[in-house]
Amino acid sequence: MAETICRSLRDGALEGEHAAALTIKDSIYSPFGPIVFNHVLAQLSSFILAGKSQSRALVLITLSQSPSFYADLLKSNGIDVASSHKWLRVLDCYTDPLGWKDQLAESGSISSSSPSTSVSSSLCKDVKNLDRLFSSILELGKGVIGEEKCRFSVAIDSISEMLRHTSMASVARFLSNLRSHGEISSVFWSLHEDLHESKTSAALEYMSSMLATIEPMTQVANGLRESTENIPLTEQNFNRGKLNTRLKRRNGRVRVVCEEFSVDQSGIRFKSFSSEEAVAQSIVPKLQFNLQLSEKEKNDRAKVVLPFEHQGTGKSIEIYDGRKPLTDETLGVKPSNVEKVQTNVASGSGDIIYFRDSDDEMPDSDEDPDDDLDI
Amino acid sequence: MERTSNLLDEALAETTKNRVVLIEDCVETSGAFVLHHLMKRFLSPQSSTCLLIFVAFANPFSHYDRILRKLGCNLAMQKDNKRLLFFDMLMPQCTDEVVRKTGQAGLRALYHKIHKAVEMASLSESNRDIIIMIDDISVMEIAANGSSDDVLDFLHYCHTLTTQFGCLFVVLAHEDIYSVADRATLLLQMEYFADVLVKAEPLPTGLATDVHGQLTVLNKSNCYGLGNSRNKVHNFHFRLKESSAEYFYPGRLT
Repeated sequence: MAETICRSLRDGALEGEHAAALTIKDSIYSPFGPIVFNHVLAQLSSFILAGKSQSRALVLITLSQSPSFYADLLKSNGIDVASSHKWLRVLDCYTDPLGWKDQLAESGSISSSSPSTSVSSSLCKDVKNLDRLFSSILELGKGVIGEEKCRFSVAIDSISEMLRHTSMASVARFLSNLRSHGEISSVFWSLHEDLHESKTSAALEYMSSMLATIEPMTQVANGLRESTENIPLTEQNFNRGKLNTRLKRRNGRVRVVCEEFSVDQSGIRFKSFSSEEAVAQSIVPKLQFNLQLSEKEKNDRAKVVLPFEHQGTGKSIEIYDGRKPLTDETLGVKPSNVEKVQTNVASGSGDIIYFRDSDDEMPDSDEDPDDDLDI
Repeated sequence: MERTSNLLDEALAETTKNRVVLIEDCVETSGAFVLHHLMKRFLSPQSSTCLLIFVAFANPFSHYDRILRKLGCNLAMQKDNKRLLFFDMLMPQCTDEVVRKTGQAGLRALYHKIHKAVEMASLSESNRDIIIMIDDISVMEIAANGSSDDVLDFLHYCHTLTTQFGCLFVVLAHEDIYSVADRATLLLQMEYFADVLVKAEPLPTGLATDVHGQLTVLNKSNCYGLGNSRNKVHNFHFRLKESSAEYFYPGRLT
């Protein structure tokens, strides 16, 4: 649940425990990882600004978007960017991750001025060196919180970019260093799952206390994408998806919550699955049909009048069962037949006695088998 | 020749600045015509503030000159007017440069050239639309000695240009040359950072004389809340003619 995630990040680390960590994982079928990341970032920022969270500051490491993009994002979420120097630091690994621009500026062919942004950012020119990156994060974080005894949060916008520049082992060391550092309250990052081997994403999931997986609403069959046959499917998954959240407690207890979201101009909106749907989901996870009936559907079904059934137009329904109507009997039929039969039984001669249950019964062929139907 | 609005233009109407457009094609259906279409659109007299930076890996200048002349656009003249900057990577000295400085260094040199050109253009005239086009990422990968990481680094730096100077960045890549196992790297990465994906495919029913294939345009930037969200996925057929192309919805061929 997006709310729960944001609350856990806000509450941060317990004394003597590692920092809370969140992996946001998506794939090309539903590439909303960055959007969920932005949502969490904005939520956490507003918590920090309101002083509700354990962390007092945020260090944002940008690898896939420019710092000005995040400044605009926070602004559009109603967060005061002008005061951001008090709580936000951006480590810009986007603009010049390998120092190519730096070389060009040194040779004097371009102006070295980096684009100005409304958030205070510092440039990182060598992403491959994670040790230096780590120390500059700590430097930035301590720069904001000062001498006070409090913590700060770290956000990494794309761990996939980082993995591309370095090895899995060094990224893992980098992340666990962050988590075990005493002044860090929470860490979160986003990951494009299908760019890496499964062991890579598994390793990252081990290191996080929370995992948010973004899945398409309807699974695309046998890996086909955006081809002609599944354009309707692509359209369906275009601005909505499912968010599966896994929360791991300290004692190893795991809680899984599934949620639906839709994305539009105003941002991302979360909606919980109704319980009935959730049950259906767990039993038949990959079925496109709805096997369950809702309460309303059940009522509607009960009301349906089947064709050829007696429609009950005022009269009571009479079904002919071969006997005389009850009304005739009350009018007084002579009981002579009954007496005759009884005397036969008393003689005990072993005859087969055929007892017609009704005097005026017609031969069988006459009986209408569909008599109960209103044809 | 009159330039009228067609389905492709409509689908790409919101694609102006700060965007990355990825054109994906396959062996049966070449997507190069989309590139030609966009070249012509940016070099037309209507959009006189455009500067087109074209990095040619697949075909030489003479090839594009010939095609664009048929479409009614003189590349040599545009070059003289400083509206087109053509990096012919097939010229011997350019190839040498990229190959000699193996892999990354070659692409870095190319990036430096592009960056200088973009910065010069944006300094000389403010509010100028700059378009960077690369005609074939796959050949670029070959030039980088098959290292997709170097290509991605290069693309990342081009992406920084789009945010810094508001450029439009258009690349063409072949979809089917990557096997399922390793398509994970380059093509997926590009799809992740593309805002608009244009896919050229053959018809599912096979070859036809009057329909040459279909285009699917996916405008992902809409879902970031930057444009209006109607018509999220455009799909239409096309027919290529000697000097133009026709675009129409399935079954609406006139």
